Amino acid sequence: MAQKKQKYDRQLRIWGEHGQEALENAKVCLLNCGPTGSEALKNLVLGGIGSFTIVDGKKVEPSDLGNNFLLDHDSLGSSRAKTATSLLQELNDTVDAQFVEESPEALLNSNPGFFGDFTLVIATQLTESALLKLDKICREHSVTLLVARSYGLAGLVRISTEEHTVIESKPDSAVEDLRFHCPWPALTEYAADFDIDTKDPLTHKHIPYGIILLKVTEEWKASHDGKLPANSKERAEFKEAIKARTNPLEEEENYKEALAAAFKVWSPPSISSELRTVLDDRAAETLDAKSPVFWILVAALNAFVKGEGAGELPLEGSIPDMTSFTESYVGLQRVYQEKALSDAAAVEGHVRRLLKKLGREPASISPPTVKHFCKNARNLRVLRYRPLAEEYGAVGNKKGELQSLLGSEDNSHAALYLLLRGADHFAATYNRFPGVFDSELEEDVSRLKAVAGGLLNEGGSGAALPDDYVTEVCRFGAGHQADHEAVCTTVGNVPLQRDGILIGCAKPLTIVDAPLFGETPRESKRNALNFMLGRKRNVACVSHENERDSLEMSDASLRSHLSEVFPGRRRD
Amino acid sequence: MGAMDTGNMEGRWRDLDYLLLRQGNIVGPGFEPAPEIRDFLQDDFKVLVIGAGGLGCELLKDLALSGFGHIDVIDMDTIDVSNLNRQFLFRMHDVGKPKATVAAERVMKRVKGVTVIPHHCRIEEKPDEFYKDFHIIVLGLDSLEARSYINSVVCSFLEYDADGTLDMSTIKPMVDGGTEGFKGHARVILPGVTPCFHCTLWLFPPQTTFPLCTLAETPRSPAHCIEYAHLIQWGQERTSETFDADNPEHMKWMYEQALKRAEQFNISGVTYSLTQGVVKNIIPAIASTNAIIAASCSLEALKIATMCSSGMDNYMMYVGTQGVYTHTVSYEKDMSCIVCSLGVPVHADADSTLDQFMKQLIADDRFSGKLSKPSVSHLGENLYMAAPPILEEMTRENLSKSLVELLGEKGGTVNVNDKKLAGVLRVQVAFSDAASEPNAMDTAGAG
Repeated sequence: MAQKKQKYDRQLRIWGEHGQEALENAKVCLLNCGPTGSEALKNLVLGGIGSFTIVDGKKVEPSDLGNNFLLDHDSLGSSRAKTATSLLQELNDTVDAQFVEESPEALLNSNPGFFGDFTLVIATQLTESALLKLDKICREHSVTLLVARSYGLAGLVRISTEEHTVIESKPDSAVEDLRFHCPWPALTEYAADFDIDTKDPLTHKHIPYGIILLKVTEEWKASHDGKLPANSKERAEFKEAIKARTNPLEEEENYKEALAAAFKVWSPPSISSELRTVLDDRAAETLDAKSPVFWILVAALNAFVKGEGAGELPLEGSIPDMTSFTESYVGLQRVYQEKALSDAAAVEGHVRRLLKKLGREPASISPPTVKHFCKNARNLRVLRYRPLAEEYGAVGNKKGELQSLLGSEDNSHAALYLLLRGADHFAATYNRFPGVFDSELEEDVSRLKAVAGGLLNEGGSGAALPDDYVTEVCRFGAGHQADHEAVCTTVGNVPLQRDGILIGCAKPLTIVDAPLFGETPRESKRNALNFMLGRKRNVACVSHENERDSLEMSDASLRSHLSEVFPGRRRD
Repeated sequence: MGAMDTGNMEGRWRDLDYLLLRQGNIVGPGFEPAPEIRDFLQDDFKVLVIGAGGLGCELLKDLALSGFGHIDVIDMDTIDVSNLNRQFLFRMHDVGKPKATVAAERVMKRVKGVTVIPHHCRIEEKPDEFYKDFHIIVLGLDSLEARSYINSVVCSFLEYDADGTLDMSTIKPMVDGGTEGFKGHARVILPGVTPCFHCTLWLFPPQTTFPLCTLAETPRSPAHCIEYAHLIQWGQERTSETFDADNPEHMKWMYEQALKRAEQFNISGVTYSLTQGVVKNIIPAIASTNAIIAASCSLEALKIATMCSSGMDNYMMYVGTQGVYTHTVSYEKDMSCIVCSLGVPVHADADSTLDQFMKQLIADDRFSGKLSKPSVSHLGENLYMAAPPILEEMTRENLSKSLVELLGEKGGTVNVNDKKLAGVLRVQVAFSDAASEPNAMDTAGAG
């Protein structure tokens, strides 16, 4: 146990015990153990998932030895699934390792129920028709599907699941909820014991800034009809009122902190629009005897906000460090913690009431669960992903959006998305992927262009697709399951990041991408990522358009330099 | 199957060959597809990986499977249990063994035909010449200090012609990766062309420190209590011992003292894990971020070596905390960077002696603490050598010569060496009474 804690120490510091528990309960199924799949599974095994099952019907070939670290020379000719399973098992003996020596496509036909037994199915290098079947099965059994496709120097990942809810989303920077604008009685009472005009310099410089702000706010309200500073002039006056209290003879950190934090008085954290969407979600309004615990908690939270909370969330309860005497600080901390406890108790009351109403055991959701939920209330997340059938079918309807994206300055996402999907359609038509034969490379460029263009527009020419990318995708010749190890490592791992998927309590995996394939606004979580590692913008995402850099110029200058840097580096 | 078996049977490198044997539209400068490129990669190209930790393990695997045939790896650490959640080349029974050695063995065993040479030592223990021997250096490090050191060494290889033009053959490309939890970066450094570490030092956030008086008098957080035990109590109570964070007894003592102090002040939250985290400044780490960053670094190394695809310019940040976000920025070189630039501009009097000039350099704030007994050379000629004695004697007479006599009418670039410097300091001397400014701007094209 101690050793386990030590072994997982570096990751426990990120996702904590809850995350680790979720990981250890996860049953993962991998379809195809090429480099993409092997790499994804390798890092899940290292992290300590409960079990995995590899489904792969192929034998180890020479090309596997050029890109897959989990297949070795000695296993040439034997089962890929078996070899990868045994080499993965070496990495972590606590993981239960299984394999099925059969092609995923065959298994989909012969035993579709097989997939219902997993937490997560990772489908790598499958084409559209197989994915459509698989997605349907996974949704029927509430299994999360993760699609990963590597293609030369490009790739695409996609999550598909009905609904994924996250409580412990562990934001990078915690929002400080300090309530200076609306202190509760116990806080006002605690502050009353401090004299911010005390003549004792040592005491004066050790009053926590929270107390200073509470006192100055109180005075301000008294002289301004109970209102807070409302404009920049008033805010400047408010700050002056703080400055006027400082002792000019002393270096007073606490007053500096009070000035720096003064904005918290007039701009307290509000309920984000994202959270508001969760609170107002239909799932919380239409509870029934089978509703997930998450939605009962959300309904209780909403009742609190509308009731006792008077528009505020339950208090989170922690406070930032403040220069002060230990005792003053610890005392202040306690006041906040007590309020957090009483808010959580109020939410718990709503939970019991709701459970009773639904005919469920009122104690079936434990007080620690409610407390934990309240502590994380500000960052609750709900992610919903469209079925693949909808995405694949919708392209035709969204052709206008796609076309306008293709015409935009940065059209790489749209182009790669269409081309990677186009390659599958190409394969369905020609029974091979574009670019596998040198002799037909040129013809394949125009063929792929037409096929990918056809996704946009029935009978379209694909003229809007940038030639550079069409040529590049053909150049990759990625008809095989195999690909470039480093690219596969990325494709295999990107989806494992911050995985709300396995580590239900950590942050959600919102794979970002092309908004045009997005959902209705209410569910708009972009859910595919396509990228190309051969480009200067290695992994491309479109969610932060405003930060786009203008690399064309510098890229050109770098190119000219590079040609000078390595003039004779190759053998002639 | 003998010792010479490279495992290169027909079809093994099929996918790499598609890139190396086919022309493309998005390729690096001067790329001409040819089978010789893979031969070059496997037979002649030498790559050095610094660090055999989380990134290092991934890098070695990725580079070996990208076709690189000769890899060296340097790491001073031994394997710890807490490495095993991500450093996949190591097993429980390897704990205590040198990382570099075990990593090299495992990669060679799994990937036939690759040679991985381990170096179990500190990077400072290797002479500069060692680093000169590689075509490219890939960094998988976790400290700013180590990065700065290797950066200085690599930048010291740069040579500029008399007219300030960078000699391109002296550039040693570096690819650097770094991760922390779900975040990471990959960057390409072409010293003298793209910004070096020193040009963009500001990218590294300052470390959090607590005022000593808070620790001693008004602790408020568990971290305050831990740092008190660490920075103050140990020195007072275990005077004769040096604290070793890897010694379990030391760490236990630290935890117990911190806990006592926290109880005394009514502070909750001191745990053994937090104590370790604060004292060792532990950076959380997971396998998948390392895999993503290392993959990007390896691809950049492959692109630099073969030009089979256009390269990154020049810094990619990756954030996996919420969804997946990446952004590539082209940072700009600091034209007066004291590490990689043509030279730090220094104004001097044309008539001042070399001795006076050296004293002026020592007194210059920009080099404070970096110079004590400098040696100076100009266009490959030693003007003054502080050591060894025989050279010192031979060059001593220059000390009384004037700069104009030694450097000519226009001044020029002098290379300054000093024991305290990790690499060479290039100083661009302009004469104060001359009409022209230091010609940094004229040669800006070099960057």
